[in-house]
Amino acid sequence: MPKVYENVGCPYCGCSCDDVRVTVSDDGKKVLEVENVCAIGTEIFKHGSSEHRHRLPRLRQPDGSMKEISYEEAIEWTAQHLYKAKKPLMYGFGSTNCEGQAAAARVMESAGGCLDNCATICHGPSFLAIFDNGYPTCTLGEVKNRADVIVYWGSNPAHAHPRHMSRYSIFPRGFFTGKGQKKRTVVVIDPRYTDTANVADIHVRVKQGHDYELFDAFRMVMHGHGDDLPDVVADVPKEQILQVAEIMANARFGTVFYGMGLTHSDGRNHNIDIAISLMRDLNKVAKWTIMAMRGHYNIAGPGVVWSWTFGFPYCLDLTKKNYAHMNPGETSSVDMAMRDETDMFINIGTDAGAHFPIPAVQHLKKHPWVTIDPSVCMASEISDLHIPVCICGVDTGGIVYRMDNVPIQFRQVLDPQGLLTDEELLNKIADRVDELNAQGA
Amino acid sequence: MAEKYILNMITQRAFEEGVAMEIGKTSPEYFDACNIIEMNEQDMKKLGILKNTNVRVTSESGQVVVKAVVGRQTVYPGLCHIRQGVWANQVVPPRTQSTGTPQYSGFPVTVEPAPEEKLKTALHLVQGAVGMWKGEE
Ligand code: SF4
Repeated sequence: MPKVYENVGCPYCGCSCDDVRVTVSDDGKKVLEVENVCAIGTEIFKHGSSEHRHRLPRLRQPDGSMKEISYEEAIEWTAQHLYKAKKPLMYGFGSTNCEGQAAAARVMESAGGCLDNCATICHGPSFLAIFDNGYPTCTLGEVKNRADVIVYWGSNPAHAHPRHMSRYSIFPRGFFTGKGQKKRTVVVIDPRYTDTANVADIHVRVKQGHDYELFDAFRMVMHGHGDDLPDVVADVPKEQILQVAEIMANARFGTVFYGMGLTHSDGRNHNIDIAISLMRDLNKVAKWTIMAMRGHYNIAGPGVVWSWTFGFPYCLDLTKKNYAHMNPGETSSVDMAMRDETDMFINIGTDAGAHFPIPAVQHLKKHPWVTIDPSVCMASEISDLHIPVCICGVDTGGIVYRMDNVPIQFRQVLDPQGLLTDEELLNKIADRVDELNAQGA
Repeated sequence: MAEKYILNMITQRAFEEGVAMEIGKTSPEYFDACNIIEMNEQDMKKLGILKNTNVRVTSESGQVVVKAVVGRQTVYPGLCHIRQGVWANQVVPPRTQSTGTPQYSGFPVTVEPAPEEKLKTALHLVQGAVGMWKGEE
């Protein structure tokens, strides 16, 4: 009899949807049907039961080909290289559970290296702004039940977080928002007329890279100097700025969801810290919250786990052994790669081969490269060693943190068929590094 | 030869790219989803680029051949977009403004018609960049 699992979590985007239904074959090896999930999530569950998945580690041979080896050999290879390296870097963690992220902290503490997660190339600038200016936020349920004004600023959920609008922000009918979408005003601020803008009541077409000026203009209005605005700011006419500012000031409960439009453009963290300042202004007259559209389903996880462990969310330099140091720009993965400051790279639960600028990949590739990932990706195909592991949410469960830092328990639906989880693998590597350290001491 | 002028490049997500990535980075779906540049029609005319033909995109950090299309999510004249992924990251500048985050959006590029040039696969580009590509050039 096929087995039906309810309340399954989707391991893709920061929505971390936990209302998925998955039907699995008798032997627990094949996903037969997936319901409630968006098209991207569907592919993950299908991929989970693909026959093409690697079940054993592969080590690169002198002729350039990859040869299967045992888990024991892969663990030994990785531990030996970590022990020898002066400043190894372990990077990734968008796509693994908190248990794996805690085990990684143990490995890099033993090895005395650097530990970083995808925030560094994604919402890292948000952390920098939060350090400066605070984070007046809320959970997604509060948006669903209360929000009557929604602003998507530099974010495009229609493509990046496909069920965000239907689960949390626009369409659901909540406790104080019984009329659903009809009583919510949606503003999209983006240089492109995106599919999200297409759903919105108002599209503010800002000039790319000029969001800071636009925030400045909104703040001027909130501080009572709207009359002094120039006719056009960042390509946006004054009338539209005044119109949107009025909607914001009259909100019962408003939320700004922002994304890569702000964090990846000129100014980086300053685009976010002025957004947070605008929240402060708005909260004098209305109730406003802000939320980063975190990308992966558990990219909030390493921030939380490593804050408990070391006090810092990302860009951790653990080379001093007994105290941690953090200074993005100095200790971030891409900056260290570009300055050639690291001599071993472990790619885990991400794909730096595809998603780092290619000059950074070229630098990292001068040194040993290990990829720990369930799938074949660009990182696995240029690495010296590829170690396959369970897919969190498919072959193993665990805790993940949604974009609003709400922990969700993900379930296992497939038989892992001999694959180790990230946590199991990393703890074995840490055990071996500890042994080598003890021998060397 | 059409005049060379500077466009402003952004690299962002797309639903198709998300689906294709989960099918696999070496799949034909990923190839089709990510090796395109979305441009404004006026810019294409100005640069002598025909729809659905290949172009060469050059930034301060590299170059890549992609197919020029008019996207559904329109860009204004002067702005262009490559979906995030292997092709985009051939031209994304690694400069981080000391924050750790590269310049994924808002960097200058030139775009020229290159209808005879071939599109490279993801594996070809990445392995080629690190001297591991064994296939045909
Ligand atoms: S919206 Fe995100 S978490 Fe939800 S089903 Fe789609 S990809 Fe999965």
